[in-house]
This record gives sequence, structure tokens and C-alpha cells, in this order.
Amino acid sequence: MKKLINDPADVVPEALRGLALAHPELRVDHENRVVLRADAPVRGKVGLVSGGGSGHEPMHAGFVGMGMLDAACAGEVFTSPVPDQVVAATRGVDGGAGVLHIVKNYTGDVMNFEMAAELVAAEADTEVVAVVTDDDVAVQDSLYTAGRRGVGVTVLVEKLAGAAAEEGRPLAQVADIAKRVNANGRSMGMALTSCTVPAAGRPTFDLPDDEMEIGIGIHGEPGRRRVPLAPAREVAEMLLEPVLADLDMTGGDGVIAFVNGMGGTPLLELYLMYAEVVAVLEKAGVGVARNLVGSYMTSLDMAGCSVTLLKADDELLRLWDAPVRTPSLRWGA
Amino acid sequence: MSAVDAAALTAWVREFARLVHEQRDALTQLDAAIGDADHGANLDRGMTAAVAALEATPSDDPAAVLKTVATTLIKTVGGASGPLYGTFFLRAAGALDGDDGRALATAVRAGYDGVVARGKAERGDKTMLDALGPACDALDEALGSGKPLGEALGAAAEAAAAGRDATEPLVARKGRASYLGERSAGHVDPGAASSTLLVQAAATALAGEG
Repeated sequence: MKKLINDPADVVPEALRGLALAHPELRVDHENRVVLRADAPVRGKVGLVSGGGSGHEPMHAGFVGMGMLDAACAGEVFTSPVPDQVVAATRGVDGGAGVLHIVKNYTGDVMNFEMAAELVAAEADTEVVAVVTDDDVAVQDSLYTAGRRGVGVTVLVEKLAGAAAEEGRPLAQVADIAKRVNANGRSMGMALTSCTVPAAGRPTFDLPDDEMEIGIGIHGEPGRRRVPLAPAREVAEMLLEPVLADLDMTGGDGVIAFVNGMGGTPLLELYLMYAEVVAVLEKAGVGVARNLVGSYMTSLDMAGCSVTLLKADDELLRLWDAPVRTPSLRWGA
Repeated sequence: MSAVDAAALTAWVREFARLVHEQRDALTQLDAAIGDADHGANLDRGMTAAVAALEATPSDDPAAVLKTVATTLIKTVGGASGPLYGTFFLRAAGALDGDDGRALATAVRAGYDGVVARGKAERGDKTMLDALGPACDALDEALGSGKPLGEALGAAAEAAAAGRDATEPLVARKGRASYLGERSAGHVDPGAASSTLLVQAAATALAGEG
């Protein structure tokens, strides 16, 4: 394992120390490993809290700021935060208008956020609503799985619900936006290489040079199937075919297309992939209204990408264009 | 006759922590195959903290020992195993009434029921329940037929190990391994493996008690 670390056990707190130094506009609660907007809680505004295992940077702490999240809880690498962290974050962003928890659908994340919401309810009169993202079409959604994983759409939920909260909308409406984005978004990912969890010290899975994994998640968990390596244009088809089969993306006001890097893939390749994605969408009669290309929700050093499509409407596009000022997503402000 | 008292339960916790530390890499390897390669590291961190918490605030109250382990795991582990093992010890603490083998069996059964409720899983889903469930059954059965606690816990440990091994061909229906669908078959469930260590630790540490 070759990593820019000191001790594998200290990766998360040491990274948070650097984040705090790099971004004085954020407030970092090192004891609880919670990153907050410096001006939190914002009076009268719905507070947005997300969080999850570390190793997906910039998600979530990189999206804390005006127009997006109010706080992010950093768990250990690929391990959901514990209830105490979520409780501290919820208290820290409660400006009197309630708090929205944005939770990715993983067994641990859901359980820890649920326990936190129970603890908050037992101690304070803060209203908490949780929205669980589950947009990954690689996973069968049935009684026989933990349900679809929350992946790329989470970034879009944080942006769009964050914009709605910034407008001063009440908790129920902000939660509705988040649910609508999740319901209208679908994702599919692939990996060219595994990732290496610092504490494990070696790649999570072995992937030969001439093969790739289709249908991976964001934790280095193997995908649904392993296939021979193919050119980018075929990869784009493999990723979009199940997405488009799962939800009709034609008509309406077009889609927000999000090509996301998994951490170890250069932007050069991501732009190339984006062109292939647009070509497939054109053939399918799907218009692209907005896009996001870059590594926003990563899986440590994994090479690969995911594609997320969100069927948009006027309101979602307006919220997308609204100003945002965070370490890793910023425009109009 | 000795008893399943605070000291005995502390010894159980210590032995579990020792086994988790010893098997840390093996648990992580199992998790790498069908999960996300962190089970050993997370549980080791949590149990190390639990032992430290028991040393910092020793108690003569057996339920308090289990509760300290529960709150420490919930505070430190994260993931799914934090809430699940935390709930196990929390419910066991709440149900513990007495210091004999029967009391222990009742507490462990309550812990098991807590894990079922928190994880919304059942036996056969390829989870820790596949080891804990058979262990609870074997413990009840052995105590019911008049066997001493040491022997009953030995039977429970064997049942847990058999349940763990039986997860290998199963297709996971809960937790991260379920994302793999059919590809989860052919691997032992890491949660069932760590739960087996919990029961084996009881068999080792509590053999002469109750």
C-alpha cells in the first residue's frame, strides 16, 4: 500500500485537521468529527445534515456551505458515522425551522441516523425528517436485498434541497424536493480497479488488467458482474442502458447528467466519458439540460466512474442554478 | 459456587475483545470478499474501547457492565455492526436478572431479539443472526436438560460455528453483501464469524461459572 498517510488509524482526524486549515469558512468540531457552516445555525432556515463513511471526498464535508449542507458527519473510512455525531450535527444546525437528514441507503447509515433521530426526539423539540437516497440501479430493489444503494443522486439531492432551504422554504417542502430528486434520479457505476482501504492495507478485490466491474457501489464492494475491458463508448452504453430502462428520461425539461469519477480516474477520461454519455442520450432522445462532470463522490483511489441522470423540471433547474458556495461546488456566489 | 457476576461478564467481554483483535485481519478478509473490508478493524476498535471503558469505570453490577459495552460500541463502531452489537449488549443488560446460567441465557436471548428488531433481518439472510440464533437455541436446550453452564456454552459455541459455516452457500438478503446477489454465495458471512467469536468467548470465560 502506498498512501500519503501517517498511521492508518489517524487518517480521518488528520484529514479533518487539514480541511479546517484549508477552509476557515467552515467550523470543524474535531471531537465529534462534524463539519459545519461557520454561521450555523442559520436562524429560520431548515438545517441540512448529511454524513457517511469517509473515503468519498469531497462528499460530504466538501458540500458544506451556503446553498448546500449545513453540516456533515465524517465516519471512519467506509463506515457510517455513529449516532452521537449525528446528534451533535443536528443540534449544531437547528435554526428553529427543523433539520433534514440526508441518508444514503446502507444498512449502517440508516441504523445510525435512525438511532440519532430517536436520541434527538427524546431530548429536544427539534423536528427531524430523514430522506434516504437509493438511486443505484445495479442493485435489485426487492424484499431480498437491503434495497438500492444511495450513490450519485445524493450529491444532487444535497445541492437541490440545499437551494430550497436557502430560499427559506419550510422543512416539509425541502424534504419533498429531496424525495423528488431521489425518485427521479438513477445511477450506475463501474470500476477499472479496486480501492485500498487504509486500515486493510491491500486492494479490496483483485481485478485483472483486462477486466472491469460493472455495477459497483462506492465502498469497493464488488459489482454485479465482471466483464472484459471495453472502449469508453461501450462502457457508456453499459451504464446508461439499465438507467434508461429503469426510468423514462425522455420528455419534460431534459435531464441533469452527472458523470462522476471514483477517485482514481483523471478528468481527461471523465470528459471523454461525458461526450460518450451525451452521444448515447442523443440517440435515446434524452435532452441534457445541465451537467456535472468531476470526482464528487469517490471511493478512495478506485479508478472508474458512475453516471447519474436526474429527470428535471423547471423548478429543479432553477434550484440547480441557484448560488452555491462550498469547498467543492460553487457557482453564482 | 461461582456466579455469572460482573467480574465474569467482564472476563467474557475481555475474551471477546481478545479474539476479535486476534481475528481482526481474518474478519476483514471475509468482509472484503462480500462487503467493504472494514468489519475486523471496526469491531476491534469498538471492543478495545469497551475494555478500556470497563477499566475506567469498573462496576459490581452485571447489567452495568453490559450497558457500558453497549454504549461504547454504539459510540465508537459505526457502520451496521455498531448499532447491532450495541443493541445486543443493551437489550441483554436490560433483561439480565440474576447471576446463574438461566439468567445469562435469558439476557442473551433478549440481545438476539434486539438484533432481529434493529436489523430487520431473520435467520437465513446470511447475517450474524445465523450464528447467534442457533447458539441461543443450543444454550436454552442444554440448560433445559440440566447440563452445567460450561457444557451448555460449549454446545452454544459449536452451534454458532455450525451456523457460521452454514452461511457460506447462502445468498445474502440483508446488509452490504446483498448488493452482490448470487455472487455473495460461496463466502462465510463476516458478521456470523464475529458473532461466533462472541459465543466462543463466553464458553471460554464463563465455563466455570453459574
